[in-house]
Amino acid sequence: MSAFIAIVRRDLLLAARRKSEVFTALFFFMIVVSLFPLGIGPETALLRRIAPGVLWVAALLAAMLSLNRLFAADHQDGTLEQMALSPTPLALLVSGKVLAHWLTAGLPLVLLAPVLGLQFDLSARALGVLMLSLLLGTPLLSLIGAIGAALTLGLRGGGVLLSLLVLPLYIPALIFGAGAVEADMAGLGAGGHLSLLGALLALGVFFAPWAATAALRIALE
Amino acid sequence: MSQRFVNWFKFASPASFYPLAGKAWPWFAALAAAFCAAGLWLSFFVAPTDFQQGEGYRIIFIHVPASWMSMFIYCVMAFWAAIGITFNTRLSGMMSSALAPTGALFAFISLWTGALWGKPMWGAWWVWDARLTSELILFFLYVGYIALTAAIDDPRRADKAGAIVALVGVVNVPIIYFSVKWWNTLHQGASVSLTKAPSMATTMLWGMLIMALAFWMYSIAVALYRVRAIILERERHTTWVAELPEMQQ
Repeated sequence: MSAFIAIVRRDLLLAARRKSEVFTALFFFMIVVSLFPLGIGPETALLRRIAPGVLWVAALLAAMLSLNRLFAADHQDGTLEQMALSPTPLALLVSGKVLAHWLTAGLPLVLLAPVLGLQFDLSARALGVLMLSLLLGTPLLSLIGAIGAALTLGLRGGGVLLSLLVLPLYIPALIFGAGAVEADMAGLGAGGHLSLLGALLALGVFFAPWAATAALRIALE
Repeated sequence: MSQRFVNWFKFASPASFYPLAGKAWPWFAALAAAFCAAGLWLSFFVAPTDFQQGEGYRIIFIHVPASWMSMFIYCVMAFWAAIGITFNTRLSGMMSSALAPTGALFAFISLWTGALWGKPMWGAWWVWDARLTSELILFFLYVGYIALTAAIDDPRRADKAGAIVALVGVVNVPIIYFSVKWWNTLHQGASVSLTKAPSMATTMLWGMLIMALAFWMYSIAVALYRVRAIILERERHTTWVAELPEMQQ
């Protein structure tokens, strides 16, 4: 467990030393979200209608931007091999790295989303549900993304390939996440969507580090 | 019993599977041609005209078997992937990568014929129906698998990485299917309902089943043919490949 905490602290410290990477993804999120009203037009009713989907898709893409770097630096300087050799299970260390990735790439999106939601004239209640759905959904994005990042480690054109592999797997998270906000706005209640998102997260927490570890071992062979 | 067990593993070696596949694939190809001829005859000349959809419904004889095969081949791919990861057999990965293009082809045919069918029936090339959307995502999963295995130079690593993608994909397919289904029912009313298909004439059903068999045989034949090519490509440095009669010329 101490190794897990050490990995999280180390990755957070590394992210704090290279703040620009975190902020690039955040600004990407802001810009993509702001492009939609420019492309579609400023009608408030329409914007309110598309807001959950737009915010979720933008969050998905922004979370994916930083996935490349999840294992790449450690792979280059050999840290990853030392991790694989260490007595601590690699899956636990991978979970630590995923948690750190979520804290630096996912959590800021969750905190920024309500501000951007205001641009789309979402009600306070809808903003709350949006935050909740992102809070449950963005860790899932980091977990699934870790599998893709491990598989494409050190490959030519890894970034594009990563999105090709990972985006189809993100679809359930997108459907339930955006669906939760829409259902709440329609007065249907977001409980069902959020529960399913939570169930997916539970599955992901259990299986994804394991699959990512298997993929890392293949990459390290 | 133990004899049979040993026999199965005998064909796990590319050297002994190569001649077997070479003997088997013409048979499957012949069966595919025969079933295809019978199925097309049934579907074009015997099956009655649908009283609601007219002649256009005959696309079903290609569309439905292609969709079935695209889903089934993904499961077979995942099965070989699981075998490959468990037993660390080289042939399993080759089988997976031999099946992937055929599966992607069937997914594409299914989407294409679905659009051709949808235009006269629903008045739109594409509707965001749950099944159509899941088929599209299945196509993306195939493309992801092919792209990943193509990007890795070392074939053994490509097989293993592909196996993980196939297994992660096969776990996700039901999740994706049900989430898309639910998304669909929430978004739009049942303007188009594919699930409540009108009860079918038995000749139509037979035509469809025979076409499915034809596609099945075609897939086996093509997969075996392709796996032979993959074996030759990867084992070209070995002596048994050099001693093959087709290599002597």
